[in-house]
Amino acid sequence: MSVTAATDSSDARAGLSLALPALMLFIGVVVIPLVMTVMLSFHDWGQYKGIEPVFILKNWIEIFDDPYYAEMFWRTFRVAVLATLITAVFGVPEAYILNRMQGRWKGLFLLVIIGPLLISVVARTLGWALLFGGNNGLANKLLMTVGLIDSPVRFMFTETGMIIALAHAMMPFMVLAVWTALQRLDPQVENAALSLGAGSLTVVRRIVLPQIMPGVLSGAIIVFSLSASAFATPAIIGGRRLKVAATLAYDEFLNTLNWPLGAAVAVLLLIALVLIVVGSNALIERRYQEMFR
Amino acid sequence: MSFLELDRVGKSFGPNTAVEEFSLAVSKGEFVSFLGPSGCGKTTTLQMIAGFLDPSHGAIRLEGKDLVAVPPARRGLGIVFQSYALFPHMTAAENVAFGLEMRKVSRREREERVSSALALVGLAGYEDRHPRRMSGGQQQRVALARALVIRPSVLLLDEPLSNLDARLREDMQIELRQIQRNLGTTTILVTHDQIEAMSLSDRIVVMSKGRIEQIGTPQQVYEQPASAFVAQFLGKTNEFSATVDRVSGQPRLVAGTWSAPAPAGVAGPVTVSVRPERISFGNAGLAGRITSRIFQGNHWLFQCDTECGPAIVIRQNDGQSQPEQGAAVHLVWQASDMSLRAARAAA
Ligand SMILES: Nc1ncnc2c1ncn2[C@@H]1O[C@H](COP(=O)(O)OP(=O)(O)OP(=O)(O)O)[C@@H](O)[C@H]1O
Ligand SMILES: [Mg+2]
Repeated sequence: MSVTAATDSSDARAGLSLALPALMLFIGVVVIPLVMTVMLSFHDWGQYKGIEPVFILKNWIEIFDDPYYAEMFWRTFRVAVLATLITAVFGVPEAYILNRMQGRWKGLFLLVIIGPLLISVVARTLGWALLFGGNNGLANKLLMTVGLIDSPVRFMFTETGMIIALAHAMMPFMVLAVWTALQRLDPQVENAALSLGAGSLTVVRRIVLPQIMPGVLSGAIIVFSLSASAFATPAIIGGRRLKVAATLAYDEFLNTLNWPLGAAVAVLLLIALVLIVVGSNALIERRYQEMFR
Repeated sequence: MSFLELDRVGKSFGPNTAVEEFSLAVSKGEFVSFLGPSGCGKTTTLQMIAGFLDPSHGAIRLEGKDLVAVPPARRGLGIVFQSYALFPHMTAAENVAFGLEMRKVSRREREERVSSALALVGLAGYEDRHPRRMSGGQQQRVALARALVIRPSVLLLDEPLSNLDARLREDMQIELRQIQRNLGTTTILVTHDQIEAMSLSDRIVVMSKGRIEQIGTPQQVYEQPASAFVAQFLGKTNEFSATVDRVSGQPRLVAGTWSAPAPAGVAGPVTVSVRPERISFGNAGLAGRITSRIFQGNHWLFQCDTECGPAIVIRQNDGQSQPEQGAAVHLVWQASDMSLRAARAAA
């Protein structure tokens, strides 16, 4: 008995000491900066006096009082939700078709879908800017020459542009999440539905979709949180005029140099995201626990 | 005229042939079993009838009409899959109701038929369970109810009882046979359990390596096996080789010191096969020694060493005294109890 207990505790100690380096790294690069950012958000700042390490609620009161910030956060939320919706609407059929493909084609198209992840999101967003950027955008020029449109499609510095570019950048995450869910399906289940007289649309709607819904939802959570905290795409498409939470925090830090206010924005974004993600995760789990134990 | 007809059907997966030259005519209301070891192509054949696999060769006809061109959704067959293939996101009742919904059966009738189908398979009270929360046997019975409830013209069952315990399986076999008799549903059952095949079917198709070995009634395949494979796959059997001796007047079967009158029309080296329960112990016959005897409740199982090789004998436990281990015995059987096959050239 005592021997086992001794081994147990020494095992635990060994485990702890093995985990220690990773733990230290985690505390060093994640926890400490996070705590410092939270503390920073309570500090004071003035144009001439700089940062003053005191504890005041000035920044937080400003964020909650000034409708400018509310608008910014609301836009962040709206853009992220719509981008998520678009990835779901296009990503689910994409993954389904991909899953239906045979051998070699499947591998090729999977590469085509994941490939963009290898290219910097900045480069991909700049691509959109080149296509639709004002009068000189390639696509705009073409469409105008053909005569389909009279004036260039407004894409840069619009929310629509931001949403489309974000959805495009996030698409691989959705497709991969749905594809993983599809891989787990028993193809005979679809056959069973067919043999019971269901048409192929009914099979997709009544049999396939409900089964991959957890995959779609987890893809949505990933896309939503990445979109809401995205920086590069909103910065390039939205510029300085159309800001979201991440670009706002950046501007406060580096342009206004009001670090405490920037920290408050960043912390609020983090809290909101954590709440939304954890909350929806719990909802999903409750909803599907009956079906997927 | 046959109801369901398979005409030289074959299926290859790339270079591998799963089913070859499969011809079978099933009449209406008949119960046919596909019996064979794992990997012999039973499921593949069934899936071709169901329409989930296209045959590489041959034709499948239902009531004289080509079935291959009909999509699976419009074949109207009831299928129980080997993997059950239940809809995991639906309750047992919703699973069973699905086929009726697709047939636009009214809500009231649907509910009635679903609960009677579930009751039929002994799952009344499980309506609201999800498949993941049911045992393998319960899932199998939901799958059976789901296939039966649409009253299909042909019922295709892929090992529908393999996961049930012995007791429940026997009950379900009787149930299945009764349902099939009452509804007159043409049924094809896939199984690798010879007892199940024999007790349920009108005819058995014995398969091996993608080919049909024999088609016949349970008695035919058991008592007149067409090949060594069939003889060994359906129950235990004793086999030894013998030759036909025509020198001394009446032709006689000879194996070592044992001999018996040869039936007419038999020549050359043959394989003699005798079922163990047809052998009794007597004073003259194939000489041997009992190497072990095992008590199995309603019968005794003897293993004997004879001059033609090892043999097994099964005797009913009828209260008579039985020979001890090590005893010298003679194995005796009636001429009608042995079946003869021309021995293979290689053997
Ligand atoms: N999709 C497939 N691709 C390639 N080979 C296959 C495929 N499906 C089946 N086979 C092969 O065809 C042969 C027959 O398979 P089948 O599933 O019909 O066997 P079975 O008689 O149903 O066996 P079991 O009793 O184990 O279910 C096997 O050798 C199998 O490996
Ligand atoms: Mg099988």
